[in-house]
Amino acid sequence: MPSSLSQRAVQPDAAESNAVVDNSRPGKRARVGLRLRLALPLLIIGLIIAFLVGLYVGYQPLSLAALKTDPIARAVFFRLRLPRVVMAGLVGASLAMVGAALQALFRNPLADPFTLGVSGGASLGASVAIAFGLGLNLVGVPFIFIAAFVGASVSVLLVYRLARSGGGTMLPGALLLAGVVLNLSASAGVLVIQYLASYGRALQILRWLIGSLDVVGFDLIWKMLVFLIPGWLVLIAHARDLHLLATGESDSAASLGVDVRRTERMVFLASSLIVAVTVSVGGAIGFVGLIVPHAARLVFGQDVRVLLSASFLLGAAFLILADTLARVAISPGELPVGAITALLGGPVFLLLLKRQQRYSAM
Amino acid sequence: MPSDSSTTGALIQADHLEFSYSSVPAVVDVSLSLPRGAMGALIGANGSGKSTLIRLLAGLLAPGTGEVIFDGASLSTIHPRERAKRIAYVPQSSSNVFPFTALEVVLTGRSPYSGRFRFESAHDEQIALSALNALDAAHLASRHITELSGGERQLVTVARALAQEPELLLLDEPASALDLKHRTQLTRALRKLRDERGMTILMITHDLMLLDSAADLIIAMKCGRLIASGAPSVVLTEALLGEVYDAPVRTMRSDGRTFVWSEL
Repeated sequence: MPSSLSQRAVQPDAAESNAVVDNSRPGKRARVGLRLRLALPLLIIGLIIAFLVGLYVGYQPLSLAALKTDPIARAVFFRLRLPRVVMAGLVGASLAMVGAALQALFRNPLADPFTLGVSGGASLGASVAIAFGLGLNLVGVPFIFIAAFVGASVSVLLVYRLARSGGGTMLPGALLLAGVVLNLSASAGVLVIQYLASYGRALQILRWLIGSLDVVGFDLIWKMLVFLIPGWLVLIAHARDLHLLATGESDSAASLGVDVRRTERMVFLASSLIVAVTVSVGGAIGFVGLIVPHAARLVFGQDVRVLLSASFLLGAAFLILADTLARVAISPGELPVGAITALLGGPVFLLLLKRQQRYSAM
Repeated sequence: MPSDSSTTGALIQADHLEFSYSSVPAVVDVSLSLPRGAMGALIGANGSGKSTLIRLLAGLLAPGTGEVIFDGASLSTIHPRERAKRIAYVPQSSSNVFPFTALEVVLTGRSPYSGRFRFESAHDEQIALSALNALDAAHLASRHITELSGGERQLVTVARALAQEPELLLLDEPASALDLKHRTQLTRALRKLRDERGMTILMITHDLMLLDSAADLIIAMKCGRLIASGAPSVVLTEALLGEVYDAPVRTMRSDGRTFVWSEL
């Protein structure tokens, strides 16, 4: 290029454009990078606080003295409390990040693994696996997870096909309807399976569907990380492409050099993988992927590259706190954490729906 | 008639392009050549294949048969990110769901120049602001894109394309929602880019009024075929426009300009 636009001086015909440059606060805006650098420490501090609260609060409050002397207290802490808080953090971070990614990919602020029926598909897959008693492993991978992954992938692809019109634009209303229909079909499928399954199996499915982040020791957590980490990395690697998709649409993103089809495939794959893992261990925990990215937007703005990381950290903190609440709310009993997230998420969803109607026709 | 594809100095050439949307042909045997530094206008009735042709030239669609040659190389062999530094495309309309600021949208035009994990620099921001400024739209910079009018959004989208600092700028009806002032401003800005920076421009337009003073070349399409290509004085005739639009068209020359209208 002979000369760059930046070298051209502000056009002289403009008292208007002077006022204008002032108005646009250039210094503030370009520093999205700076914003992320400020956001990260804040979020990390928040996560640490949530983590400590999660570790401290419980049926038996944490006592450092007992931890030093009492082997039972130590076992309770290291084999039950600590893994559970870590598990809540991992599941929350994963769901929130997937939510942020799907919202950008579908250009729909109401997208979330739960609202799009991806969790529903995973649940159906997992229920089938439980009903047939396939508590088996396939090369070390539990069959229930494979079935959940298949269910999640099929849902994502279906919802994508259904929501796409001929020209390649996403219809926000169609997307959500497709998600609703998928969720209903998946629930119906689960009901049929429960009905046909033996009493014991049906109960197993029910317990599992309600979901819990209860875990003993770290073995399961290591196994989860084997699948979660690649999923996270794929999403982070596509952060820029997702940002370009969110700011415009597929043609604009493509003209900026994004391989849209490849991005869609990779994000679908990573999202299905992550949702399948979280659903396999904790059941369908809804709305985390909806609430958390929007909370992050309020503080950190719309930039998807910032949002993915911010949602990850905020999601971990959020679900740790929600799960802590679930553990102590009706102590010594326990609420399903999915009920708490759904109680919080429902109103947020409705609020967003109302706001979206203002912005774009459904 | 289609230019000879061996024309020297052509920045972009189409060589017997064909494209169909699931068996419905949209572009049929189109060959054209746009010289470096020229401003071309693509005209034709609705559904005549203009948008498809411009998306083929932008590399967003792959032709069924034929080839697009950009600067001597087949467009399909140029990596998308490399292409994005050299060819910018302005879609007809863009839907915006998230309330990004206009400046954030324009800044995405800089993404081909930065790495996957890099944020835009202050330099990129300067370029983005200048791009808005060139369209007299700097006042939109901090406004939310979701709150802008259709015309304002169009300006922002054109600014994003300018921020790409392309050699070739392809625009799909960039002025369709613009008021008279901004339409004139846009045409002026495009002419200035051509004159001062040697940018090659091709735009789809239904606004035949501004063409003869702005365009070097007018390409007319009908039913997916290219039916005329030449200087404004050659193409903007009653007979040819009548054929292009399948409607009686009147023209009148005055002050060295062609006025086009249609009888009711």
